[in-house]
Amino acid sequence: MLEKKPVIFLLLATVVILIGTVVTMIAPFKWINDPKLKIAEVKPYTPLQLEGRDIYIREGCNNCHTQTVRPLLADVERYGEYSKAGEFVYDQPHLWGSRRTGPDLARIGGKYPDAWHYKHMVDPQSMVPRSNMPKYAFLQQPLDTSLTERKMKALNFPYIPSDLAMLKGKSELDAMVAYLQKLGSDIPWRKAAQAAVVGELKNPYLDNKTVIPEGKAIYDKECATCHGADLKGDVGRSLADIDKPDSQIFKTVYGGVADKGMPAFGDTLGKERVWKVTSFLKSVQKH
Amino acid sequence: MNNNKEGYADEVVKGFITWSLVWGVVSVLLGVVISLQLAYPQLNLPPYLSYGRLRPIHTNAGIFGWGIGSFMAFFIYITQRLTKTRLWSPGLARFQLWLFNIIITLAAVTLMLGMTRSKEYAELEWPVALLVVVLWVIFSINIIMTIVKRKEEQMYISLWYILAALVGVAVLYLVNNAGIPISLTKSYSAYAGVNDANVQWWYGHNAVAMVLTAPPLALFYYLLPKSTGVPIYSHRMGVIAFWSLIFMYLWTGAHHLLWTPVPDWVQTLAMAFSIMLIAPSWAAVFNGYFSMNGQWHQMRENYLVKFLIFGITFYGLQTIQGPSQAVRTFSAFIHYTDWVPGHVHMGTLGWVSLVIFAAIYYTIPKLYGREIHSVPLVNLHFWLAVTGQLIFSITMWIAGIQQATMLHATNPDGSLHYSFMETLVEMYPYWYGRAFGGAIYFVSMLIFVYNIVKTMTATTSQAAIKKA
Repeated sequence: MLEKKPVIFLLLATVVILIGTVVTMIAPFKWINDPKLKIAEVKPYTPLQLEGRDIYIREGCNNCHTQTVRPLLADVERYGEYSKAGEFVYDQPHLWGSRRTGPDLARIGGKYPDAWHYKHMVDPQSMVPRSNMPKYAFLQQPLDTSLTERKMKALNFPYIPSDLAMLKGKSELDAMVAYLQKLGSDIPWRKAAQAAVVGELKNPYLDNKTVIPEGKAIYDKECATCHGADLKGDVGRSLADIDKPDSQIFKTVYGGVADKGMPAFGDTLGKERVWKVTSFLKSVQKH
Repeated sequence: MNNNKEGYADEVVKGFITWSLVWGVVSVLLGVVISLQLAYPQLNLPPYLSYGRLRPIHTNAGIFGWGIGSFMAFFIYITQRLTKTRLWSPGLARFQLWLFNIIITLAAVTLMLGMTRSKEYAELEWPVALLVVVLWVIFSINIIMTIVKRKEEQMYISLWYILAALVGVAVLYLVNNAGIPISLTKSYSAYAGVNDANVQWWYGHNAVAMVLTAPPLALFYYLLPKSTGVPIYSHRMGVIAFWSLIFMYLWTGAHHLLWTPVPDWVQTLAMAFSIMLIAPSWAAVFNGYFSMNGQWHQMRENYLVKFLIFGITFYGLQTIQGPSQAVRTFSAFIHYTDWVPGHVHMGTLGWVSLVIFAAIYYTIPKLYGREIHSVPLVNLHFWLAVTGQLIFSITMWIAGIQQATMLHATNPDGSLHYSFMETLVEMYPYWYGRAFGGAIYFVSMLIFVYNIVKTMTATTSQAAIKKA
């Protein structure tokens, strides 16, 4: 019958298409917007962060970087606490992406100091030697702020005149770094993750000189870009003459120092390798 | 031989085929370029020629320029023949061709300038997206009016898929492109966060259904009997598969969002329906295979059949691989790795493009009243395309599995065994391999275009082609 009635056929096909649409696309609005999923600490973007986000969109960063940490061991250890619905309520559009050619950025905020990001955006290979990320040095151009106020109003984000005045003289790179530093850092997950350092802090390689070359290799790969190949410091402090007990060095490397921009390496290196780096750092101590 | 005895509007079909060829070559060329950019980052020339800006042009030129462009040609061609009716308005179709090319050009230029909504396959900023809506409306009206005024009462299964694609694309596009304009070149999505993601992948996955599945199936159901000379094995199986396909597809978008904050039940439904989709997908595959009963010798003798049967075979593989990726456990492993581009390109380079190649090889001789310029070149094109695609996909599957294994590897104390960079540097050899496969595919495209252009422009009027 339908084979002879195109108009009825069209209507029926539309209805068939709409069933799954209603259940899996329209109905979830109610579940997703459940007030229980709201997170009070999550704040809208400031004008500078919003402009940074728009540059992220313009440059198509989402083609290589995702922004959702999945509740999987490998994701959580590598990137941080898994993502919550309430963290994305101000994201129009979402920027979850579909391919991790580069690492996930949902929790990049606070992982590195600003200086690291500036250097890395201008010349990624200077910080991560075999990275395949393009150079974004051209972002040092002045930020176009002509639409900022209209954008803030359209998205209903709160701002005061001084927020807008602050944009004067900023570069696109400033905006980008401000955005990256905001990502995923509204909820205090770093502090919670840090508490994970437990157990007796005694270096198992104390007086074991054979692990020093391995410790140096780890240092060269993971630490040298910020602390310098010669340990004299760059983005990070100088480690050339570090005078601290093993346990304290271990704690710093393992858990990071959030407010100083020292990332935590515990989940990516593991205790053994952190102790080996510690042994290496102690071995270069001059007194 | 003149099929215009019936007065079909075929000039515009020629136009759409020509332009889809142009955009197809652009898309594959850009694909090769961006694959090289991933392997050699110094090939990025920011701001305009960086991977982040070029990749959306590659996907848009492929899906919309090459895919939709050809489907517009063949919807117009097939609909007229299946309804035995001249196109409702050839003038409107000519306007449509102009508008189509303006849109694809605008899309390429605006995306290169960084004007993007960022949502995959829905990147175009609102003024361009509005033009797309106009384009789709006039196209749909033309096809639907031709069907309404048809002289052949029965609607063959191809017309079903055509009608579903017209209405499906319209619904998807309108909903996912809803936005808040800020200026002529900037807008924000109307939805936020998790809602936006769920709407996007409802759109994204059903673009696969309504652009990369229903239209090539319409072509396949028309071309296979025309090429082999024997009817399709089971019309009824085609009908059942049709309704279950368009019903189930719309439930599956969230399989792109497994393990994200999208509600669990939405993910589970997507997973279940993805598995169920194997049935209607394979109904089409079986319909193709069983239609070949007693005709398999044509795989040797008839190059059109070769394209179509390889195409439907890749479709079959694609619709087994897809549902397996939609399972939570497997997704946890391979999602976000190169496995997925490997999967996608089996569908686009293997299934969709092989069917479009067949359609062009079938219609061009008929439209121009001459034999194809060179059959050996057709065969060369075929084997290079299949080889290039397999190198691409297999390389990416291995790369994906390796990177996934490394990313998930842990030490005895539970910490991760590899840093992200340690996994990335292992990808370089595979990226060289992918670029190599893509380059082979590009060469096959050039041979194809050469053959078609030679056929179109041949001056000596050849003998009338044999009635199939």
